[in-house]
Amino acid sequence: MNAFEPALREGQSGQIGRRQPRIEDDALLQGRGRYADDLAVAPGTLHAAVLRSPHAHARLVGLDASPALAMPGVHAVLTGEDVKRWARPFPVGVRQPMEHWCLAVDKVRYVGEPLAVVMAESRYLAEDALDAIRVDYQTLPVAVDTEAAIAADAPLLHEAVGSNVVSERHFRYGDPEQAFAEAEHRVALKVRVPRSSCTPMECYVVLAEYDPASASYDVLANFQGPYALHTVMARALKVPGNRFRLRTPPDSGGSFGIKQGVFPYVVMMGLAARKAGAPVKWVEDRLEHLQGASSATNRMTEIEAAVTRDGRVTALYWDQVDDCGAYLRAPEPATFYRMHGNLTGAYAIRHLVVRNRVALTNKTPTGLNRGFGGPQIYFALERLMQRIAVELDLDPLEVIRRNLVPSGSFPYRAAAGALLDSGDYPAAVEQGIHEGGLEELLAHRETARREGRLYGIGYTVAVEPSISNMGYITTAMTPEERRKAGPKNGAVSTATISVGPLGDVSAHVSSTPQGQGHRTVVAQVIAEVLGVPLESISVNVELDTGKDAWSIASGNYSSRFSGAVAGAVYQAAVKVRDRLAGIAAAQWQVEASRIRFAEGQVIVNDSELSMPFGRLAGATHWAPGTLPEDEPGGLRETAFWSPPQLEAPDDDDRINSSLCYGFIFDYCGVEVDRITGQVRLDRYVTLHDAGRLLNPDLVDGQVRGAFAQGLGAALMEEFTYGDDGSFQSGTFADYLVPTSVEVPEPLILHRETPSPFTPLGAKGVGEGNNMSTPVCIANAVADALGIADIELPLTPSKVRTLIGIEEPARPQGVGEDQTAPAAGGGSRLTASDSVTLPGSPQAVFDTLLDPETLQAIIPGCHALELTGENAYRADVTVGVGMIRARFDAQVALSDLDPPHGLRLSGAGTSAMGSAEGSAQIRLTEVEGGQTRLDYDYDAAVGGKVASVGGRMLQSASRMIIGQIFARLAQRMGGAAPRLSLWQRLKGLFAGRGGRS
Amino acid sequence: MKPAAFDYWRPSSRREACELLHEHGDEARLIAGGQSLMAVLNMRLAQPKHLLDIAGIEDLHYIERRDDHLAVGAGVTQAELLQYPGLAEAVPLLALAMPWIGHWQTRNRGTVCGSIAHADPSAELPLCLATLGGQVVLENRRGKSRRVMAEDFFQGVLTTDRRQDELITEVRFPLARPGAEYRFREVAMRHGDFAIVALAAVVDSNRVTLGVGGVADRPVSRELARHADPSEALNALAWSLGAEDDAHATAAYRRQLIRELGRELIAGGPRDEENAHARQG
Repeated sequence: MNAFEPALREGQSGQIGRRQPRIEDDALLQGRGRYADDLAVAPGTLHAAVLRSPHAHARLVGLDASPALAMPGVHAVLTGEDVKRWARPFPVGVRQPMEHWCLAVDKVRYVGEPLAVVMAESRYLAEDALDAIRVDYQTLPVAVDTEAAIAADAPLLHEAVGSNVVSERHFRYGDPEQAFAEAEHRVALKVRVPRSSCTPMECYVVLAEYDPASASYDVLANFQGPYALHTVMARALKVPGNRFRLRTPPDSGGSFGIKQGVFPYVVMMGLAARKAGAPVKWVEDRLEHLQGASSATNRMTEIEAAVTRDGRVTALYWDQVDDCGAYLRAPEPATFYRMHGNLTGAYAIRHLVVRNRVALTNKTPTGLNRGFGGPQIYFALERLMQRIAVELDLDPLEVIRRNLVPSGSFPYRAAAGALLDSGDYPAAVEQGIHEGGLEELLAHRETARREGRLYGIGYTVAVEPSISNMGYITTAMTPEERRKAGPKNGAVSTATISVGPLGDVSAHVSSTPQGQGHRTVVAQVIAEVLGVPLESISVNVELDTGKDAWSIASGNYSSRFSGAVAGAVYQAAVKVRDRLAGIAAAQWQVEASRIRFAEGQVIVNDSELSMPFGRLAGATHWAPGTLPEDEPGGLRETAFWSPPQLEAPDDDDRINSSLCYGFIFDYCGVEVDRITGQVRLDRYVTLHDAGRLLNPDLVDGQVRGAFAQGLGAALMEEFTYGDDGSFQSGTFADYLVPTSVEVPEPLILHRETPSPFTPLGAKGVGEGNNMSTPVCIANAVADALGIADIELPLTPSKVRTLIGIEEPARPQGVGEDQTAPAAGGGSRLTASDSVTLPGSPQAVFDTLLDPETLQAIIPGCHALELTGENAYRADVTVGVGMIRARFDAQVALSDLDPPHGLRLSGAGTSAMGSAEGSAQIRLTEVEGGQTRLDYDYDAAVGGKVASVGGRMLQSASRMIIGQIFARLAQRMGGAAPRLSLWQRLKGLFAGRGGRS
Repeated sequence: MKPAAFDYWRPSSRREACELLHEHGDEARLIAGGQSLMAVLNMRLAQPKHLLDIAGIEDLHYIERRDDHLAVGAGVTQAELLQYPGLAEAVPLLALAMPWIGHWQTRNRGTVCGSIAHADPSAELPLCLATLGGQVVLENRRGKSRRVMAEDFFQGVLTTDRRQDELITEVRFPLARPGAEYRFREVAMRHGDFAIVALAAVVDSNRVTLGVGGVADRPVSRELARHADPSEALNALAWSLGAEDDAHATAAYRRQLIRELGRELIAGGPRDEENAHARQG
């Protein structure tokens, strides 16, 4: 319960609620942070590099690490075989016959999936050795698009499951059938939320050791929790929890949920250290991170509302498919269930049907990402509310107002089980309207529209859940399965405060902050309770499972710090204070209730009695004999706190998935450029009721950060995949994150309705704008353009396409556009071209079948070795500009139809990735004893080069393939090949001022 | 993301650099600012055995205003050229376009000639050179130099007319023509990103030279009559460039920008005023 009342502040420091600058920042701003990569390593530490799959789906036929092991400085290579011997697959949240090991053992299922780990004396040598490992893949058909992956005939990722749908649950709350039957209107919408990630500056870092004597692992990683995953890692390593010590570094370069996903690498590097017989250090690089670390879950939602004539929503129907990538990695399918209790958002909607399906596809596994589950829910729900307003011709704000949970009804039990703890939603909306200047914004829209500009306003309300119920994930199981498995619920947080012999106060919390400023707030809370100066308090936020107080809910996620962890700190501080008050009361022979702590002194109210805090506290160490009888001496208190409101799901699947629910009301004005489609955010207002604010500066920082990420998700961020599963967002030039130039300052408004359920009345506030901002901007763009179908991110190209591009026809003879790129800018290229060659079709055919010719016409072919009839193994260096890659390739001629045609195909792998392609060649006799060679080709590249080179891949492939036939023409008779497309185009524009 | 091992050379003269280029052929790469090459090396998209750093060659470090062109030596960074006094008078297009190149941090390292040599189809400097009809000066180990017109120099994606043993010693941007107006427009996802479409225009009393970057496999420039309705010519230009879909924009979008922004750019308008000032930071 909320025990802290500001009235108690009288005579105290007033630290809680103060805009206290962060005590962390001095060190960080001077480059003195101590991040995982900065920490000293043990002598003999080896550096690891991870071999990753260039294919989205392939069977592993063979893996030969011996050439790598022969290289200088290489000590060991960990492979799937070792992993099978020493480890187990990771436990998962649904019962299905599928296995996820820390290294691929039978198949690879996404581009970037780890296959092997090289341990060498430097990272450079380790990366050199990666290129020497030979892997034989048998590529398999892929399931990339979510909708295609759940179709009956889709290629299966995990054959034993028999489907790519690995979990399906149906829920029903209230009487939705009747509500829909009685509805005056039904409004439906189908939406998709794409993949994105909050991309921390610091990538994953793991330092691992294995001690054979005690058969135990000791790993330091920038893991953020939840520590329920400690059990997942220990089980995968096949050791009891006390033989797996997991530690975190003092500082972290951001996480936003992403560093939950380091856990498979913790296991992997533990095993690597065991294999190498030496400590191992691994630092993930940016390409590895974007490609293979983690992603928010992409979702397809069909949502429908039963609506009364005046816009009141009586029931909702949700049909959702989450795409969790190649493996269901813990805590998935939590993207669904974290938000399950509050599926009705900020609205009083009593009837609900839900169908949740979890699909697996050949993409990176998903995991925690700031706002976890929220953007997916609110994008559907708040877009739907906007559509209701449009379809019923109502003011969208009025539709929101009519559906809000009413004032005075808190705590409010939502239909699916969330116990909305506190707030006054209608009052908050009115506050936002007035303080944010909505009138002015509406007038501005009027003016802009009168001038013919595209201007729109979007609204969003949301509840922001915080402090996850550790039992919510079991909502993925049926009540029957839950009964068998035993109840899971609650969320234990811990804090420890100790006072040293000199009266110095130290605190430890198991919150593993990732840059949020927990040390500052912990010190504020302690300073408030113990009356000691803030700067005198030392706060340690490193977590060592071998020594510290922790539990499965420990860690940094679900915005649990201010409500849960700071609350536990408060309770531990109160314990220390009460013990000291008891000692002081005994010494002075006064009532303990008269003792107070302020300005470093212990004071008896209404008396002259006082002594320094340090002297009183020191006595617990120096003179335990002088203490009252029931006082044990020493001064260290640990508080464990778990809220009773976090119950397990009930038999009707109602789940209070979080303890606290903040309220958010956002609105914004956007202007869309008619020509470029660029969306300019004109004004953004965001109002938060996050309960009591412990440090408003940090709260504002959280709001700004989440807003920037929400804006990124709205306008530019997306992990894109080709149809073949190739990953196309491997650099920050491909995966676009807004910079300060692109992020305007939002107007941040606050309202404080304390939570009755947390010790300090605080709620979480760190994730709200990740949930509300994308859909708020989407609603504004929908309003500006007057359209229903909005898909994020709203890139200029996409928005302009929504406005409508009416292309004038292609003029005759101009730019015979020969390429037909795959939909969505895939890395697959298909095109046709032709060359005219001297000689008869038979002569051309025979020349092509000649191995010497083949070697001569394949650009950069150093060696060609016959491996079968018309099949060759080739050593080919392919390059464009400064870029070069050496491919080990198979080349074959097939479908021989002399002298009419044949097929030339090739496939190869290099350090840069994989490439394959084939050209169907047709030979036709033309005038003058010549032959026209037409070719249709189809080429695909995968792996690294597709991840980082997408922008130029098509032109580059075309150039390289064109070279083959140009060289053939030269070889056939030295005749110049037919003018290239380019030269023809130049010819079209004659009269170029004498320079052509 | 660590490069493969290479030998690092720091030649002190053009001749020495060319000798090394001749000796090591395709195994060598020239490096100046390294703003593209370092990323390529770190990602192991190239594993050259030799890296020839030309930053130590003193006599490549000059900006000279000559009779009809501004000559920029291979040692000059983009930031240095942007700060060259009188740039806006000498080559106004550069003053308009260069603030769009990356960020000031990358312009502090990246060189003008390096960008020309790299020949990224979306890059601003190759577009300026092509639109203005500038030249690239190359030199080989025999000290022989040749000049290549921009339109012949850029041959495709990252592909130029430079021969393996040649060093680009300077690029020449023609000086502003009296009475001509220079305009530039770029659409990118964020400030400093590769252009989805970049347009550069030289507008004379009776003709317009329009350059397009980011669409074809190289920067392209075309001459259009000034007073005729440019719609048809712009449409033909838009369709002629082989525009492609990629992860950030469709081919149709690119064509539409050429048509509509091209028309605006030729007509001149308030946006061009904005552009001249907006991205100076």
